[in-house]
Amino acid sequence: MTAGPSRSVRFSSTRACEGAFTIGPRNAEASADPGRLEAHRAIEAIWRIESARLIAGLARIVGDIGTAEELAQDALVAALEQWPADGVPDRPGAWLMGTAKHRAIDLIRRRKALERKHEEIGRDVEQAQGGLDVDTAIDEVVGDDLLGLIFMACHPLLSKDARVALTLRVLGGLTTEEIARAFLVPASTIAQRIVRAKRTLAEAHARFEVPAGAERGARLASVLEVIYLIFNEGYSATAGKDWIRPALCEEALRLGRILAELAPTEPEVHGLVALMEIQASRLRARMGPSGEPVLLLDQDRSRWDRLLIRRGLGALERAESLGGALGPYALQAAIAACHARATTAAETDWPRIVALYDAVAQLAPSPVIELNRAVAVGMAFGPAAGLELVDALVAEPSLTSYHLLPAVRGDLLRKLGRHEEARAEFDRAASLTENVPERQLLLRRAAECAAGRMAG
Amino acid sequence: MRVLIMAKEGEQTVAATPPTPDAMAEYQKFNEELVKAGVVLEAGRLHPSSQGKRVRFDGKKRTVIDGPFAETKELVAGYWLWQVRSIDEALEWLKRAPYDGGTFEIREVLEYEGM
Repeated sequence: MTAGPSRSVRFSSTRACEGAFTIGPRNAEASADPGRLEAHRAIEAIWRIESARLIAGLARIVGDIGTAEELAQDALVAALEQWPADGVPDRPGAWLMGTAKHRAIDLIRRRKALERKHEEIGRDVEQAQGGLDVDTAIDEVVGDDLLGLIFMACHPLLSKDARVALTLRVLGGLTTEEIARAFLVPASTIAQRIVRAKRTLAEAHARFEVPAGAERGARLASVLEVIYLIFNEGYSATAGKDWIRPALCEEALRLGRILAELAPTEPEVHGLVALMEIQASRLRARMGPSGEPVLLLDQDRSRWDRLLIRRGLGALERAESLGGALGPYALQAAIAACHARATTAAETDWPRIVALYDAVAQLAPSPVIELNRAVAVGMAFGPAAGLELVDALVAEPSLTSYHLLPAVRGDLLRKLGRHEEARAEFDRAASLTENVPERQLLLRRAAECAAGRMAG
Repeated sequence: MRVLIMAKEGEQTVAATPPTPDAMAEYQKFNEELVKAGVVLEAGRLHPSSQGKRVRFDGKKRTVIDGPFAETKELVAGYWLWQVRSIDEALEWLKRAPYDGGTFEIREVLEYEGM
């Protein structure tokens, strides 16, 4: 699909509507009416299912996310007013779209009338809307709309934080409060972030489109980055037992799976999905009974989620079958797959992992990748070979406060029987991490090294 | 959360009246919509219970029972494993399924710590 003239129709409304509503059981419970409660729960679920498609279809018509979201929420408010009394319609998605569509048409007419007053601009708008049949346009909510919305929310004009917040808001259907809880920041911060993001997009006249050609690669990379950031935010979360943190992993996976259906010929989309599926398969096994982290090689592999592994390997196959050299996500997924395929830690194909890290390091060189590669080299070719690589990273400025550098170095030194040096490295690693369970694990390893030195 | 959807269609009807092409197309459209929404993790259909076996445990004793099984209304003919954000979401999806008979049961899969 190309960005036709209709997609360049732009409106610059940035009227904020953050937190304009709260739906769900909290409200309904107050009314203490079981029928109302049921209707509210149904509406909340329907909103979760429909909101992204609704906003996407409307954004195609009105040209900007802010206005589209307002129109969608107006339709939601109408549903909250009518459905508890009249019952939920048979096709709730179509009802919401129909309601929002009428408002969108009104808005377009009002704006066209307003803009006609300014002759020049008026002519532009007429041209821009030439051939656009609003009714047909809104009736056909096609996958490309959703893809357009994903590209818009992950627009490179926006900061990473803004992209993440906007994506969770318009594609995840999460409320500002839920996003704030997930990222452990005040709701007002997220609300501001979203308002500013919409304003930035409107002021830059960002087109609602599915980018093609040379631009597509960079725009897609931005989308994948946002999804993986959301995943990692949930995956690395250890603070609190709040449901919303693991829910971020689920949300990122959901977005990835949707994207894989919308852009099935993009190998890196399948690569990212494969990486997330396989990483998520270990969620249950990566924490011990009292919340302490369990390292990959020490994990009880019977607790790995076979379904997610199978899905991940399937997604990796899809990436590979599309041909060409694997991208960074697919390569990392291939590394994760080496672990997933090994029934026991001892069966891990380390030489293959080293080769895959070589490929990653060529595509996207970074000190962290080098460190990971050193670990693999240490496993494949002995701790001395690994240590040589790690020692070369000690002077790397970006790793000076990265706790995993001394942790890896300590592990290699320990294997070489250099217990005193290993203990010092584990102590140093412990002092560099804010994460309490992880610090305890590192201190325990330091103590083991001290004991090893006494014994040995 | 994950939910298991069990299609208790009753094997008599399944065996006697295979779905019409129209019904199949409608079902496929619905299933495709679910996949595109990132909901479906896994799906499958089961052979009739006449080909099934049961193992009954009673202390140390194991008794094998051959199908077909009598309680036709409770027999599962197919299943879905869905990833949804709430039971209500699963309900809303299921209500959209193009079926005109049978009972479909939604059960949340017990999750362990972590995810």
